[in-house]
Amino acid sequence: MGAFAPWSGITLFSGNLMSNRLFKEKMVERSLFFTALISLLALAGIVIFLFMEGMPLFAHYSLTDFFFGELWYPAEDPGVFGILPLITGSLAVTLLSSVLAIPLGVLPAIYLNEIAHSNTRRILKPFIELLAALPSVVLGFLGMVVLAPFIQSAFGADTGLNLLNAALVLTVMTVPNICSISEDALHAVPNSLREGSLALGATKWQTIVRVVVPAAVSGIGTAIMLGMSRAIGETMVVLMCAGGAGIIPDSLFTPIRPMPASIAAEMAEAPFGSDHYHALFAIGIVLFVFTFIFNIVAYRIAAKHRQVGTSSL
Amino acid sequence: MSLGKVLGVAVLGSALLAPLSPATTQAASQVVINGSTTVLPVVQKASESFMAAHPNVALSISGGGSGNGIKALIEGQCDIAMSSRLIADKEVKAAAAKKVNPVSTAIAFDAIVPVVHTTNPVKAMTSAQLRDIYAGKIKNWKEVGGKDAKIVVISRATSSGTFECWNELIMHKTRVMPAALMQASNGAVVQAVAKNPNAIGYIGLGYLDKTVHGMTVDGVQATPENAVTRKWPISRELLLYTNGQPQGNVKMFMDYMLDPTKGQKDVLAAGYVPMPVKK
Amino acid sequence: MSQAIANDSAMSRRMQEKGMFAFLRLSAWFNVAVLAAVCLYLCYNGLPVISLEFLTEAPRNMMTEGGIFPCIVGTAILALGALIIAFPLGVASAIYLNEYAGKTRMAGIIRLGVNNLAGVPSVVFGLFGLSFFVTFLGFGVSILSGVLTLAVLTLPVIISTAEEALRSVPDTYREASLALGAGKAQTIARVVIPSALPGMLTGAILGVARAAGETAAIMFTAAVFFTPKNPTSIFDSVMCLPYHIYVLCTAGTEIDKTRPLQFGTAIVLIVLVLGMNMIALVVRDRLQQKH
Repeated sequence: MGAFAPWSGITLFSGNLMSNRLFKEKMVERSLFFTALISLLALAGIVIFLFMEGMPLFAHYSLTDFFFGELWYPAEDPGVFGILPLITGSLAVTLLSSVLAIPLGVLPAIYLNEIAHSNTRRILKPFIELLAALPSVVLGFLGMVVLAPFIQSAFGADTGLNLLNAALVLTVMTVPNICSISEDALHAVPNSLREGSLALGATKWQTIVRVVVPAAVSGIGTAIMLGMSRAIGETMVVLMCAGGAGIIPDSLFTPIRPMPASIAAEMAEAPFGSDHYHALFAIGIVLFVFTFIFNIVAYRIAAKHRQVGTSSL
Repeated sequence: MSLGKVLGVAVLGSALLAPLSPATTQAASQVVINGSTTVLPVVQKASESFMAAHPNVALSISGGGSGNGIKALIEGQCDIAMSSRLIADKEVKAAAAKKVNPVSTAIAFDAIVPVVHTTNPVKAMTSAQLRDIYAGKIKNWKEVGGKDAKIVVISRATSSGTFECWNELIMHKTRVMPAALMQASNGAVVQAVAKNPNAIGYIGLGYLDKTVHGMTVDGVQATPENAVTRKWPISRELLLYTNGQPQGNVKMFMDYMLDPTKGQKDVLAAGYVPMPVKK
Repeated sequence: MSQAIANDSAMSRRMQEKGMFAFLRLSAWFNVAVLAAVCLYLCYNGLPVISLEFLTEAPRNMMTEGGIFPCIVGTAILALGALIIAFPLGVASAIYLNEYAGKTRMAGIIRLGVNNLAGVPSVVFGLFGLSFFVTFLGFGVSILSGVLTLAVLTLPVIISTAEEALRSVPDTYREASLALGAGKAQTIARVVIPSALPGMLTGAILGVARAAGETAAIMFTAAVFFTPKNPTSIFDSVMCLPYHIYVLCTAGTEIDKTRPLQFGTAIVLIVLVLGMNMIALVVRDRLQQKH
């Protein structure tokens, strides 16, 4: 801290002090730069360690059997590590929750930004953000003790812990994310567009549907992709609510075992350094790649979004 | 206000953390116990009375699973590994590579009990029927004398010690069908069965409570006596693994655990079967 | 005649518009209703167990009695520890990104890294923590491993909110400071950071809240089932609120008997997490009103 003190005496413009100061400026910039690299390093570290622990499986287990095998018997000798049911389980629960979460997230965003009075917005928006902050374990807990018994009795399902249950809880988790990013996108639509449309005689509703939403569509796309990324990676909810059967879902009421649930449930049981241990890290790689793709797509859309201004419409 | 403020936060941070990290970097007084959720209730019960008797020793207990416990023992991350199965060959090799010598001590007997919903009319089964249900050959309760309803099969995660035991003693290496609901713990199985009139599951004797009904198998009731005499077809020993012969605080706890007037009473209280008294 | 039709269609259009607006309003309030339902349900079932004893004592009798004090302590240590590490790093990263790098290629790459780090599932952070901190560095399942894992996890939240805060500092401030002869580092330290500080603190609070509610990232790295005494070293493992809820409702011997305790623990966690979020939201709201 003390090293910065001499700067207060900047009335002295001696050459020595100037170069000293330049040197210090450089040092500050350098050290900030290296600190900023930590995020990249962390990301690289995650990739490196996932691969280091996941790849040994493929030394003697084929990639095709891993990705397209339908059976998961990790404790047998030799183990059977087919993750197709896990991948389809993850995709099914993600898609189902997205189908529900997209309207539930985008419509409130439109309401908040286009229709609601600014005071209503100031009150409502924080509540939706608080919903986003609910810890996943609490939602998973409620899904398990409240929603699952309800689904079981209401639909006569074999078990309430199933695809539908997990998807509904995931919807609650992703809606606020989709809502607040969509809202930002709508907020970024220039007012001149709305005024132009209204001046041409369009109603407010027509303006929203034909002008504002199309102008914000890429931002809404980003919101949806990020929501899906969140849903596919969410662990506690699928661990507690999805049932945990390693089968390819064929109905809404099939119990499933998405990838994060397998990792969380079995990591503790897998003997260290065994094929099973490596296989769980390999699932981690697959999960990471999925979310990575969702994120890249999301930011690709967002980057495009920036170029969409008044001029391109 | 200066840029140093940011650094100041870091300094403050290390200052706050400092009291948490005394010169002794190793958890000298904390005995770390990790492993099987089946053994856990016994050890937890005993640990409470043990810590009351020895206030200067802290026990830390996690229930990651048998594999996790043994892994932690090999990695030197725990002092005692709880296991509901014998150590695997691979684990023995891994231990040897790290110069760890796992020594097992049996502390109790456990019986694995098939359970159904309390309203289920089916109260008895043969081990062959159980095997066929879990293999997916018997799919409806009416095939075993119950009402006409699909059987909801609930199993433990394939890598749990309980599953392994079930696999060996009931399935005889026939595969449990993938459609079985895999639960991560005994408690979760009890939960799932208690909530579902058509479900069947299996749990450690210690988890048997009023919310589910324990079935007889091959005409034998799951009782502590039957478990010790091995009349009950699905019973096993619960083990604690240590690195070499137990010493210090660890030995103190192990001795406590095996004492018929102390730890073994907790075994009984937790619903398991105490070790037969050696003559 | 045609006038009448036009009026008619204008009327029906307005009706339609009213209907749609009502529907949109409903969708927004639905979200609030879900939040309210969750909180009320938890309170209804859990409030009866909340007492001084529940908050200040260790669990007893195989966790069917007693309180959750060790879990509160564990969660507080992990979340604050993560903040202490992640906040300075995050703020420094944000300063570099916003004040020095701007729109350069390097900044683009770092931002991409931050965004992707934000998208990594928490269970993958858990795997990373397990393989790197717990096993590779040999920290074991401990406070240290958990704090470091959570620090990496909260870093993106802190960086992006801090960058946001820096961006909202008007350039005129910087120019004025530079015009007075201050250096760049000096300008940042004396002018930019002080005006961005409230915004940065918002990020810090959000980061702590995120870390406090996290389960999957700590279940392999820091949290254990039962260790009723307070930790004495950063190499001790701890109990945590979120993990406690998980084990109580899935792994306990008497799950139904401990149901009220599960709800009670959930309330404490919710109050902590939502409380911190509310503080952050209020701070942000104040800031937005000011600008």
